[in-house]
Amino acid sequence: MYSFEPNEEQKMLVDAIGKYAQNDLRLAAHDAEESCMLPKKLISKGWEIGLLQASIPEAYSGFGDRSAVTGVLAVEELAFGDLAGMLALMTPSLFATPILLAGSEEQKKEFLPKVIEGDWAPYTAALIEYAYDFDANDLLTTAIVEGGDYIISGEKAFVPYAKDAEAILVYANFEGSTQGFIVPKDAAGLSVSDDREKLMSLNALPLYRVKLDCVKVPVSNRLGGEGGHDFDFILASLRIASAAAAVGVAKASFEYSMNYAKDRDVFGVKVAQKQAIAFMLAEMATEIEAIRLLTWEAAWKLDTGKEGAIKDAFLAVTGAADMVMMVTDRGVQILGGHGYIREHPVEMWMRNGRGFAMLTGLAIV
Amino acid sequence: MSIEFETPKPIAQIQFVLKTVAENMMRSQSRAFDENEHEIPFSYIEFMHTAMRSMGGGSLAPKEEKQKEGGELKEKRPPIAYQSLAAQIEMLSWGDVGFYLVTPGGGLGAAAVQSAGSAEQRAKFLARFAEEKPTFAAMCMTEAGAGSDTSAIRTRAVLDEATKEWVINGEKIFVTGGDKSFKEYEQFGKGFVVVWASIDPTAGRSGMRAFVVEAGTKGVSVTKLEHKLGIRASDTASIVLVDARVPYDNILGSPTVEKTTTGFKGAMATFDATRPLVAASGIGVARAAVEYVKEQLAEKGVEIRYGLPRQKMTSIERDVIEMEIQLRSAWLMVLKAVWMADNKKPNALESSMSKVKSGDVVTKITQKAVEIMGPLGYSREFLLEKWFRDAKITDIYEGTGQINRLVVARQILGYSGKELR
Repeated sequence: MYSFEPNEEQKMLVDAIGKYAQNDLRLAAHDAEESCMLPKKLISKGWEIGLLQASIPEAYSGFGDRSAVTGVLAVEELAFGDLAGMLALMTPSLFATPILLAGSEEQKKEFLPKVIEGDWAPYTAALIEYAYDFDANDLLTTAIVEGGDYIISGEKAFVPYAKDAEAILVYANFEGSTQGFIVPKDAAGLSVSDDREKLMSLNALPLYRVKLDCVKVPVSNRLGGEGGHDFDFILASLRIASAAAAVGVAKASFEYSMNYAKDRDVFGVKVAQKQAIAFMLAEMATEIEAIRLLTWEAAWKLDTGKEGAIKDAFLAVTGAADMVMMVTDRGVQILGGHGYIREHPVEMWMRNGRGFAMLTGLAIV
Repeated sequence: MSIEFETPKPIAQIQFVLKTVAENMMRSQSRAFDENEHEIPFSYIEFMHTAMRSMGGGSLAPKEEKQKEGGELKEKRPPIAYQSLAAQIEMLSWGDVGFYLVTPGGGLGAAAVQSAGSAEQRAKFLARFAEEKPTFAAMCMTEAGAGSDTSAIRTRAVLDEATKEWVINGEKIFVTGGDKSFKEYEQFGKGFVVVWASIDPTAGRSGMRAFVVEAGTKGVSVTKLEHKLGIRASDTASIVLVDARVPYDNILGSPTVEKTTTGFKGAMATFDATRPLVAASGIGVARAAVEYVKEQLAEKGVEIRYGLPRQKMTSIERDVIEMEIQLRSAWLMVLKAVWMADNKKPNALESSMSKVKSGDVVTKITQKAVEIMGPLGYSREFLLEKWFRDAKITDIYEGTGQINRLVVARQILGYSGKELR
């Protein structure tokens, strides 16, 4: 059947996450962006809600099962609070979730408890590369077999928390398809840039360039073991996370600009009483809802193994990138001159908004 | 509850059946009835009527749930009547939206009786659609000087105290199916039109009421059939009422005017129910266009590669992928709106949003489709140019895209009609 209402468990989780997103992430967002620093306490508090922990079965020290639908609901809420904060909080998922989805039994047993048992710890993944036409299915970083090991070479961009990472899941081109490799922090040939990446937004999130110069990893470190894994499903899970985050950021900008328009006087009425503004808001609300539903359906298809899930996840993130740019641009426009001033968050959301066209790989559900 | 997108089996089954109907009864005749405006597709109408009767009704509209007395309570199935209706309308419109609009069974006229009428009125006026002959009903709202602004309606209904009859005067335009509903055809049963009129012009919207006017009523005549851009198989009539006398009990809603807007709200409630259905219809047309383009491209060996970054896509890939994103998301908005209706959740916002979205996307999709197909898209040898013309009505009837934006804006802002004009 069709149904559009989260179940009780999801509602409770979303409620808890929503409170954290609004009361903690949102309030810290401005200072974090300006000071390029996210307080450790803030992330730890979010970690205690147990979003990742609840998606990992008991056999690996978690307390639940992974659901992409639950994931996209949570990501939307978190990104509504703050995109950088959400990405920071969920960085360990970048490492753990692909292992859960595609790892060998040994990999799951070895790594999943490590990631989730203690406090938030910097386990991460490296997918994005520094190329204008970056394509997750056609990576420039390569892996080859040599003497029973894999040798990985290349350069990765925008890798969150790479500097302190315990281990990095590095994606590389192996015989024409994308495969993940678990690279420990002390691997020879692995180097992380001293300086953080400086982007148009996400100042609060520590991102690094990572070089791999003939990094050697044993066969057992290939995601899924010697036989490898299906990357499509992981990419789809990255894509719907990105789409859900776009919905969250768009909703943030929409609500903020709507409240501003209802409060601000112009020619004796409120700004929102002008059709020029009211219609913009109506369209923003409509487009947000459209992409939210597209994302939900793709997530549901991933959870239920339905045909077309991979394509739908691609459609969702493609539509989301356009939607969030349109909505966040209008968020600034509705505030006019005030929208351009960094005191209001809409300019940051507009900078966030542009990122969704190229930032798939920074969050996974 | 949960979040699910599994097509319910009964819906999948009826879609399967209607696809056959669409292919064999509609597509095959689409061009002919587009070229010969105002001809009536009797074969389709009779086929649909027979089919719907054999399934226990005379219309696509959801049946009223019958409560069995004293019977064992069966395990309750989730209600899907509106979801099913939306899916049927989408599929029939995929076949031919002009034909879909002449599907017998009461259309908007019956919908108005359904939502604003009493139990007795529903029993009295709606039974006819299940009878032997296909029967039509229509809604008369628009006037020359009152389109989206329905409060400007000038048609008047005055109670004749002596005979206890309503006397209606006015002129209605753009009545979808008005001819088949009001004129008496040998092939059709006796229909009716629902006329919106004021019983108290000083009361504005609160004085607005709907009246059931039976086919053949004296003083009422169909004066014109419009020539249109598209949906040409569907008649769009002008109906003039001169001292038309209607029985007292044919008024839908209260005959007295309180200073409330319940009368008008009756009409608006009808729209909450029907807007996602109109959206569904447009989506059927757009899906036909997208599928046609993809088939034609595939035949020419053009493959759409999903999953590439935009930088690596061809222009056609970008266009087709964009069409698919918009088509699917618009359809999901329709599904959500009708799912809410089935589950008795207030859906004024979702209903209007689905209409805004589909009005937008079906026009853009069909326009882009014609562009992509070039001369093949523009030629009347194929149906694509017809779908381009047919799709445009989606953004116009049942509230233009702009009116629906106004409704959406008022909903999200919490503004009244006075606060956001």
